[in-house]
Amino acid sequence: MAATAQAAQTGASEVVVQGRNVGKTFGGGSVIAVQDANFEVRKGGFVSLVGPSGCGKSTLLRMIAGLIDRTSGDLQVHGTEVTGPRQDVSMMFQRATLLEWRTAVENVLLPTEIRGTPTRADKARAMELLGMVGLKDFAFSFPAQLSGGMQQRVALARLLQSGADLLLLDEPFGALDEFTREHLNLELLRIVAEVKATTLFVTHNISEAIFLADQVVVMTARPGRVAKIIDIDLERPRQLSMQTSAEFNRYVDEVRDALGGY
Amino acid sequence: MANASAPMPSGDPLAATQRLRIRRILTHTALFLGIILAWEWGARTGRLDPLFYPMPSGILRSFWLIYVENGNIWKHLYVTMGLVLAGFAAGSVLGMGLGALVGFNPLVRRFLQPYVIVLEATPRIAVAPLLIAALGFGPNSKIAIIMLVCFFAPFINTLSGVVNVNEEKLEMFRSLGASKLQTLRKLVLPEAVPVIMAGERLALTAALSGALVAEFIQRDQGIGSLILVYTRNLNMSSAFACIFTLTLIGFLIFRGMEIIDHRIAFWKNEAGLARTSQRRKAKFTAQMEG
Repeated sequence: MAATAQAAQTGASEVVVQGRNVGKTFGGGSVIAVQDANFEVRKGGFVSLVGPSGCGKSTLLRMIAGLIDRTSGDLQVHGTEVTGPRQDVSMMFQRATLLEWRTAVENVLLPTEIRGTPTRADKARAMELLGMVGLKDFAFSFPAQLSGGMQQRVALARLLQSGADLLLLDEPFGALDEFTREHLNLELLRIVAEVKATTLFVTHNISEAIFLADQVVVMTARPGRVAKIIDIDLERPRQLSMQTSAEFNRYVDEVRDALGGY
Repeated sequence: MANASAPMPSGDPLAATQRLRIRRILTHTALFLGIILAWEWGARTGRLDPLFYPMPSGILRSFWLIYVENGNIWKHLYVTMGLVLAGFAAGSVLGMGLGALVGFNPLVRRFLQPYVIVLEATPRIAVAPLLIAALGFGPNSKIAIIMLVCFFAPFINTLSGVVNVNEEKLEMFRSLGASKLQTLRKLVLPEAVPVIMAGERLALTAALSGALVAEFIQRDQGIGSLILVYTRNLNMSSAFACIFTLTLIGFLIFRGMEIIDHRIAFWKNEAGLARTSQRRKAKFTAQMEG
């Protein structure tokens, strides 16, 4: 029953995120959101956090982002304790959360503006990132002029503009239709590989979690705890056709078992 | 299929909408003229009491009289519009300022809440005589009355605008490590602009009504007092001319505020988005090159 974590067997690469018995309770301890979570994310790795709603996966992500405080345990990013939002960590949300009065490129520049006045190089970088997410021709469009998928692409470019090497994504394409989501997932894989980012991806979709990740952290609800950590040994680059392979389905079964028969 | 140049009565969609538009304009004009003529006929033949329904031709004559021949409406118009602008400016600045102050202070909000509710439930016009008693006759008490009637919409809207900021956007700003001031300037205020503007629109319309009430109470000058004088003298056609003047002013206020609103909260309308997009693009490109 104990949620023991196995260290990722991805060689000797540096540990970016390390959680030791991380816990979070609400209401003075009456509600346990996350209990004794142990996990680590290695540099350049792609880790999915999967579980039913209420399993504390979003809470865990927000603790790593420094948006909420943990009530117990140790949580380190790049070897230092997480005490609040930090520059080397950046988060993307389920909704695009773009500012409607800013053009796409102005939205992408927001993280830079928060830190100071954007230089010409920052602006060039923002344009480059918009090109990377396929929105070169929409740099001066406002959010209201973009589709839901395009808005999330802008949010993705903004995430990368922050320059953080740890990306936290909370069901980033969950509000989009299936086709757009699959397409954006593929692009996400290409882009995080290109910028060599370390990624932590929260989802409640089992196939999505497996398809994207090197490692799937399975969480169960009430109380939220890490049930199992599964290494995914699928070839990269990932292709949509892999989702029908026997190997892929074995992983799906393994995750379902860990979830207790979902 | 046979011949492209053959006349097709229902073929050209552009011409069809054009025809539809012309027909609509004609229908409206005909209906309007019909009402006016029926009114004129009814008043002339005594079927409508001319005391309450002065002839349209008489109203037209009154327009000529008060605007051109006597020209006596102008000074009243200036007085009323001056009051409206002064009262609106004072009331909306106070409303927005207090709304922001209360919005940003949860503690102040909690203590002020009951008073705001009580004040909101009280018909503001009822306080007008008290204001005159306190401030005396003259423009000051009139402006105070207008301030009172146009204070609330900007106050409530600014308050709700700065309080109801999208939670996810706030979280996004926190994750970026934004300071309080940055969050205020880059998120809270811009996001509140459309709802604040909606409050300002209501306030300016209310200011006109407030000015008239103030002039009905202190009947010394202004359009309100002019209407009273004309009705007392049973000069209904001139009173109507004054009322139609107010209709026009009300309409201009509405349209004017709409235009300003579309300019400021440009992202709420397509034309504004297209226009601003072009401008931002030009500015960005110039900065990258220059």
